[in-house]
Parts: sequence; structure tokens; C-alpha cells
Amino acid sequence: MRPWGRPGRWLADPWRRPRLLEAFVWAYLAWTILPVTIAVWFSFNAGRSRSSWQGFSLRWYWQDPVLSVWHDPDLHDALLHSLRLAALTTLIAVPLGVAFAIGLDRWRGRIAGSFNFQMLLSFVMPEILLAVALLFLVTNLLKLVQLGTVAQLLGLVTFQLSYPAIICRARLLSIGKEYEEAAMDLGASPLRALRHVLLRLLAPAIFASAVLVFADVIDDFVIVRYLSADAASEPMSVKIYNSARSSPTPALNALATIMLASSLLTVGLGALVYRRLTRGERRGQSAVEELAAQV
Amino acid sequence: MATGRRAGVWYPRWFWPAFAVPGMVWLLVLFLLPFYVVLSIAFGAVDPLFRTPVPVWNPVQWNPFQFQLLFERIFGHGGFLGPSFLRTFAFVAAASALCLLVAYPVAYFVTRYAGPRKGLLLVLLLAPFWVSYMMRMLAWVNLLESDGLVNRALVGVGLLGEPFPWLAGQPVTVTLGLVYGYIPYMVLALFAGLDRIDQRLLEAARDLGASRRRTFLLVTLPLSRQAILAGLVVTALPMFGDYFTNDLLSGSPRTSMVGNLVNDAISSPGQGGQAAALVLVLMVLLLAPMLAYVRTTGRAAREAGR
Repeated sequence: MRPWGRPGRWLADPWRRPRLLEAFVWAYLAWTILPVTIAVWFSFNAGRSRSSWQGFSLRWYWQDPVLSVWHDPDLHDALLHSLRLAALTTLIAVPLGVAFAIGLDRWRGRIAGSFNFQMLLSFVMPEILLAVALLFLVTNLLKLVQLGTVAQLLGLVTFQLSYPAIICRARLLSIGKEYEEAAMDLGASPLRALRHVLLRLLAPAIFASAVLVFADVIDDFVIVRYLSADAASEPMSVKIYNSARSSPTPALNALATIMLASSLLTVGLGALVYRRLTRGERRGQSAVEELAAQV
Repeated sequence: MATGRRAGVWYPRWFWPAFAVPGMVWLLVLFLLPFYVVLSIAFGAVDPLFRTPVPVWNPVQWNPFQFQLLFERIFGHGGFLGPSFLRTFAFVAAASALCLLVAYPVAYFVTRYAGPRKGLLLVLLLAPFWVSYMMRMLAWVNLLESDGLVNRALVGVGLLGEPFPWLAGQPVTVTLGLVYGYIPYMVLALFAGLDRIDQRLLEAARDLGASRRRTFLLVTLPLSRQAILAGLVVTALPMFGDYFTNDLLSGSPRTSMVGNLVNDAISSPGQGGQAAALVLVLMVLLLAPMLAYVRTTGRAAREAGR
């Protein structure tokens, strides 16, 4: 066999576009995105069905006086609970994770290494293992902690701590120590150098991890479900799980659509702000590509 | 020497460790300690009256009877948990293989041929990450119901005589559901790996006369081995702990997986000890892939820092 395949076609255009591959990619995208689009579309259905279209209405969002997301206290409490958990988790996990990353980056040693290992382990471990362990902890040892919002927060922060820690460590490695040392050579104290130099340089990474944590917690299911106490502490994902197979009305689709809109809004705004924060560095690479490289 | 001195500025020795301490304490209390509680329950006793698990904190008094019971239920005569374990391996193997087969061409195209549309394609590829997993499964529940769009389309075209009960315990549905749920992780892992490959190596191969296919087989594929492994690990690990995909798309014990066994044990009274034992067994089974992932990410981070 000759080292080159079919020289005729190769010579004609060695860089021709692979049409078949391109078609495959678009088919893949359609397969991932269309089902969700259809679910969103049927949340605007005027009838009860989730598969035959009976006209456009906002009935399942707020017009229906009993079953709509707006009027069903169950559904809108779930919505608020999701947002509350996401905001509180972000507020705790991000500072904790950023400080953890800075500390481990500068303090290298066996103890630091073992904690870095624990953090990475919590990142790859199937969520159910951690959720069961936390449930046993709260019900058998830390009995002061009530199941419900507090336990859910503790669990979510543990699970999400690795996001800011990993993203900030990656960024710290690429920043290096030079800027900070220059600041201190010019007379800044370590704390001032940290605040005015290091934290400024870390800002995009801190911001990106906050967005990721927020969007991820809105969608969390496993930990939040095991650590919930009653129907009042069940967020949107658990409501969808509970009623997807039992009492299906398009109100469920409407709830899911609101959930989708809130995470897309977070990420969209996040990407815009991230772009502003990193303006001037790394030209040509979009914010999305950077985020993709960091996940 | 308690201080590190350079250029007239000194850090106290505790300066950097102090930043890490809050996170360390958090991990000790809420990551390490919980697994000790799991051990104490799995090797613990059972309340004779209420049949609830009673943790035994002292390792000297640990008793393996929960594991004896569990292994009997898995391997023993008429063990009803064994099939779930086998099924889990089969489903996860099939689903991750499918993920790889579908995701590789997609990631390959986006890194090599997308050109100016790379940003847009990436946004679309990342989109599923921001859609809740539950919503994505709910979307398929809607589509696959007996009067859902899939059945109507298939019957309408004439491929099916009558609606197929997709949601009544079909292994195919569960496997495809897992693929749909976790494939974005595979795409992302492969994208990151393929994007790091030096384009000049591929150009060199083409300039030296290798066809597209030979370049792929001899250069791209070997260079992406690490990414393929990482992708398989990040898609397979969450599948092993998954029970909700199964619950939503099948709900039948005919397709139950290890995750369902854990969830059932947690939600039925008196089975806490079994849940703890199952968690530990699953942990031991998954230790190798978890460690492999931690090692490769550690190495990648060190290389990026150089």
C-alpha cells in the first residue's frame, strides 16, 4: 500500500471540508438540544397534554389559578428554595475555596498534598456516595444540624468547594509569583500584595467559579434530596423527579423552563462579565473557550 | 527559623497555611468524618427493637455482619442483588462506549474544522451543562410516552405497528438515557484533550504525504489516548452512582442498577446498615478509576504550570 491513500483526491484538495463529519455534528447538536426545546415549547401549551399542541397560553406559568407555577405554593416555594440554596452556597463555597487554593498553592508539603488529594477526590466521587455519607453524619453524629436548609447548605458547600479551588489553583499556576514579589520589593506588606495584586489577578477565576457553582447548585439533585427534611425544603429538581412520572401537567415543564432560564441567564451574564474582566489579555480566545478549558 | 525572609519582607511561617485552614477543617468535618460514620454504621450494630442501625465508633468492636448479609444477597443462592450489579456494569460499559463513539467525532470536528464558528459550536456543546439533568430527562419522558412524539412519529412513518412501551422497564431506554445524560462530559474531556494537540504535528504528517485517515490513526488517535481515558472516567463514574435516570425512564426493578439499590436501602426503614455497606463496596470498586483521574489531573496541572 502506498503511504498516501488516494492521491487523486488528495492532490485535488488536501484540505477539503469533511462534509459527513459536519453533518454528524449538527445531528448531534439537534439530538442534544431538540428534546429540551420541545419540553420548553409544551410549557406554553393551552391544554393539559405534553405531546399534542392545543394553542399558546401562559396558563401553566400564572394564568391557571390553582395549578400554575405562580399559584401552586408547592411549585413556587421550590423555585425560591433552589435560588436561595444556590445563592448561599456560592457565598460560602467561593471564598472558602479561593482561600484554600491560595493556601495550598503557596504551602507545599505533605499535609497540603493530602488535602489537595481529598479535594480532588470530592470532585470525582459519584455524588450519591457523598450524599449518603452526609446523611449518616447528620442523623448519627452532628445531631445539632437539622435536616433541611442548613444540612443541604453544608452538603452543597462540601461538594462545590472543589470548583473554585481547582479553577483558582490552575490560574495561580499560570500567574506565578513575580507580580506579588515585585509589589513586595516596592514595599507592600504580604497582605497588601495579596489584596492589591494577587486577588486582582485572580478576579476572573473567582468570578468564573462563582458562576459555575451557582448554576450547578440550581440543578443539584442527589445531595439536596437526601438532606431535605420535608416538602418545604425540596427544590425544583426534586419536584420534577417526584412528579415526572406521576402527575404530569405542563406546569412541570414550566417549572423546568424557569429553572433553565435562570441558569442560562446566570451563565450568559457571567460570560459577558468574564469577558470584561479579562479584556486585554489572551486576544482571540473567547470567554467560552476559557470556561470550557477550565471545567 | 520561623520566617522566610526575602528583600526585607517576611512572611510568618503560618501565613500561607492560615489561608488553607478553613477549607481543611471543612473537608475534615464534612468529607472525611462522614465516611468514618459510614464505616461505623456498616460495621456497627442494629437496634434490636427498632431495627435501625446503631453506629459503633470504636474500630476494635466492629462487626462485619452487614457485609456477610450483603455478599449473601449478591453472590448467594437466590441472591437478588447480583443481577443489579451485573446489569450496572453492562449498562455503564455500553453507555460509555456509545458516548465515546458519538463524542469523539464531534469533539474532533470542533477542534479541527470549526474555524470561525468554533465559539458558537462550543456554546451549543456546553448548553446541556446549564440545563438541569432532571429537565433533560423530563423532556425524554414527554417524548417517549405511549402517545408521545417518538411513538407517533414511528407509527406515522410505518416503522412500528403500534406504540412501543419505551418507559416500561426497557434496558435500551435506560442505556440511551445514560448516554444522553452524561455525553456532555465526554465531549468536553475530549475537546480539552484534542485542543491541546500541537497542530504542527498534524500538518507535518499531511505535508509528508499521509492521508487524512492515516494522520488520524497514526498521530491524532495515539495523542488523544489520555483524553479518551479521562473522558471514560468522567462519564462512567457518575453513571455508577445514578439512580434517577432509571427511576424516570423505567421505574421497573427489571432495569435497576447499583444506584437504585443504594437509594432503596436509604429509603426503606431498617436498611441503613445495608446502604452503608453498599456505599463502601461501591467506593472500593470505583477507587481505581477515581485515583487514576486524580493522578492525571494532578499531572496536567503541574505541566500547565511549567
